[in-house]
Amino acid sequence: MKIKILSSFLVIVFLLIFIVFYKGLKNSNIYTPDVDIEKDIPFFKAQFFNSSNQIKSVNIFTDDNFYIVNIWSSWCVPCREEHSFLVKLKKYKNLKIIGINYKDNLDNAKIFLNELSDPYDTIILDQDGTIAIEWGAYGVPETFIINKKKIIKKIIGPINEINFLEIKEIIQ
Amino acid sequence: MSSLIGLYSLFFGFSFSFLIVLNSVKNFRDTKNFDNRIIFLTFLQFFFVIVSFLGLIASFISSDFSNETVFNHSHTTKPLFYKISGTWGNHEGSLLLWLFVLTFFLLLFLLRSKNQPKRYRILTLLFQQIIIIGFFIFIIKTSNPFNYIFPVPSEGLGLNPILQDPALAIHPPILYLGYVGSSIIFSSTLSATALNYISKEWAIHIKQWVLVSWIFLTLGILLGSIWAYYELGWGGFWFWDPVENVSLMPWLALTTLFHCILVLEKRLILTSWVIILSISTFTLSMCGTFLVRSGILNSVHTFANDPERGLFILIFLFCLIFLSLFIFFFFHKIKRNDSDSFFWLSKESSILINNWFMMYFLSVVLIGTVYPIFLDVLSSKKISVGPPFYNKLIIPFLIPFLLAMAIGPKLKWIKSNLKNKFNLILLLVISLLISILITNNLDDGFLINTILITSSFYLFFITLRDLISRKFKNLSQNIAHFGFSLLILSILFNNIFSTEIITNLKIGESFQSKNFKINFEKVERKDKQNFKSIIGKFNIENSNGTIDQLNPELRIYNQPNIVTSEADIKTNIFTDKFITMNLVQNQEYFNIRYQIKPLMIWIWISVLLISFGGLISLFKKKYEN
Repeated sequence: MKIKILSSFLVIVFLLIFIVFYKGLKNSNIYTPDVDIEKDIPFFKAQFFNSSNQIKSVNIFTDDNFYIVNIWSSWCVPCREEHSFLVKLKKYKNLKIIGINYKDNLDNAKIFLNELSDPYDTIILDQDGTIAIEWGAYGVPETFIINKKKIIKKIIGPINEINFLEIKEIIQ
Repeated sequence: MSSLIGLYSLFFGFSFSFLIVLNSVKNFRDTKNFDNRIIFLTFLQFFFVIVSFLGLIASFISSDFSNETVFNHSHTTKPLFYKISGTWGNHEGSLLLWLFVLTFFLLLFLLRSKNQPKRYRILTLLFQQIIIIGFFIFIIKTSNPFNYIFPVPSEGLGLNPILQDPALAIHPPILYLGYVGSSIIFSSTLSATALNYISKEWAIHIKQWVLVSWIFLTLGILLGSIWAYYELGWGGFWFWDPVENVSLMPWLALTTLFHCILVLEKRLILTSWVIILSISTFTLSMCGTFLVRSGILNSVHTFANDPERGLFILIFLFCLIFLSLFIFFFFHKIKRNDSDSFFWLSKESSILINNWFMMYFLSVVLIGTVYPIFLDVLSSKKISVGPPFYNKLIIPFLIPFLLAMAIGPKLKWIKSNLKNKFNLILLLVISLLISILITNNLDDGFLINTILITSSFYLFFITLRDLISRKFKNLSQNIAHFGFSLLILSILFNNIFSTEIITNLKIGESFQSKNFKINFEKVERKDKQNFKSIIGKFNIENSNGTIDQLNPELRIYNQPNIVTSEADIKTNIFTDKFITMNLVQNQEYFNIRYQIKPLMIWIWISVLLISFGGLISLFKKKYEN
């Protein structure tokens, strides 16, 4: 009796597994990570660069304006290169530049900004690199352009002349 | 031409299945003695499959692009070695290899089982033929390696460059020997169950097959792991990738099965364990084939995704599962006898305890592997299960597992007392002290790391003491367990003390860190037969004044046009220095990843030791003690 119950139970379990696998076969499994097309801003909580206060992402991206999120670090050489473009972008009034300071030494970061000037409206800290992961960043530097609380463009690597002109076009 | 011979041989081989089945059924019913004609027929089947396989190899060597498989996976500029290994570097060819090993092992089984009962031999042969027929139909119907294309293309598409590697050329055949060996265990167990022949004699006979498959499976996994370490440029040796998991699961089942068979051989208990484990080892191997080949899982392994193939293996797999369930429930009589009881402190109970742990590890890996599929089907959410899941669920349970592994072999069968308690406790204290010394400077995970390292050191010292001091009563077990402790220790230290630097550098720049300075001196270009290579010259100045030259490489293959990154690794007995470079697009920067990984080589050595232990056991007549 016990064996009968056990065996029929096992048969049912295996049949269920069969059905799930069968259905799984029909699902397409070609997974493409979707890049930049109108993705929502990730939700995160982070510490400010200049103070020990915490801020939530919803309080950073408050209105429907343009934002640039730039992941940077003082040890990152290409960040130095692209910095001049960020400084140029600073003068556009409908654009806010948010810096995410990625896995950096705070003192070095401050020296970096003193030396090259600070284009950022807000800087938040990402000491362990988790926020960059939330954004789906591949590395440093990386830049996201945000409008109406959606990510509309993503630049992997330093901003160059072409990117700079593109950004100018987008925000105007 | 060779394709044509291959194709016809395949059909001939298939037709022999029917002859064999017919003869076997007749022999099973009528005569008293085993009919040696069956062995001859099996040999012919094996012969035709090998001709078919050689035919495919010949087509690869001669770059015969009228053959679709060759066209898809080969290229004239490929070195000869990779032309040959390309034969099984693809779905169709690897199935033919599988079939080749299946028929070979069946022949070997028939030749090696002469003093077993006739009915048992024939029934095993029949079950094995079911599997062989299944594979023949699968190959001919969905994955024929000899499809003809016309007009004949002048050039092939080439083999994926990351597969053009010596370790990966021999990795599939070795792994398949392990997988397919488990098919013999499966058939043999089913027939022994059906004939009520599960006995001590049977255990001794099947133990050899378990060991052979286990050794090959271990080596196969090791090769794959070594390949992943130096070829994928990530610096790790185990990704918990679904395809790795599907090779680990049969390994866990097989390891458990081996220990059960030792108990069975000694005391004729745990028969249900043995049957269930034999069935699950093979079904897990098949399940692995299904998961990899059907494209139901996302994985780093590149195989063609074809739902029709998946469906076939799925149906075949479940037919086998239901067949085994039927045999298990209808034929297996659980014998109750006096020796069925366990005394808590005995060798068999410690084996049983660790069997449960192994089953637990197996279920963790199984759930981690198939849960994403279930979730996707049931709620269409996509998740990916990664290392943290496995680490959290497996690592804590390694502690009692290691301790039982250390104490268990010291115990006697049936009932025992611990001797030398003082020594055992002394060793435990020593291990604890050493590990505290090591973990003292750690920032986090102090407690868990200390306990883990203590228990692995404990196993390490106990097995080491036995190795040095003893009489070699049970050398195989000793070496394998010693190897396992070494493996866990190396993995732990490797995880805890690895350092990694990722940075972007231009030629001529350098990167300074606390303990070393990386100088990127120059790059050199070279042209090879089927790729161009860019070799980076790096100069690493260590804080102790020594200088390492490391030359990672970027290879730009012509066909298919793929860039691969070859790591350069400096190995010595203490640490590996591992460097890779990658192109950063449209820039003059190279992305440099530099890692210092302690005890890397000991991971490989310990796995070799583990399989060496198995090898010794294979040549030992009887399990002593």
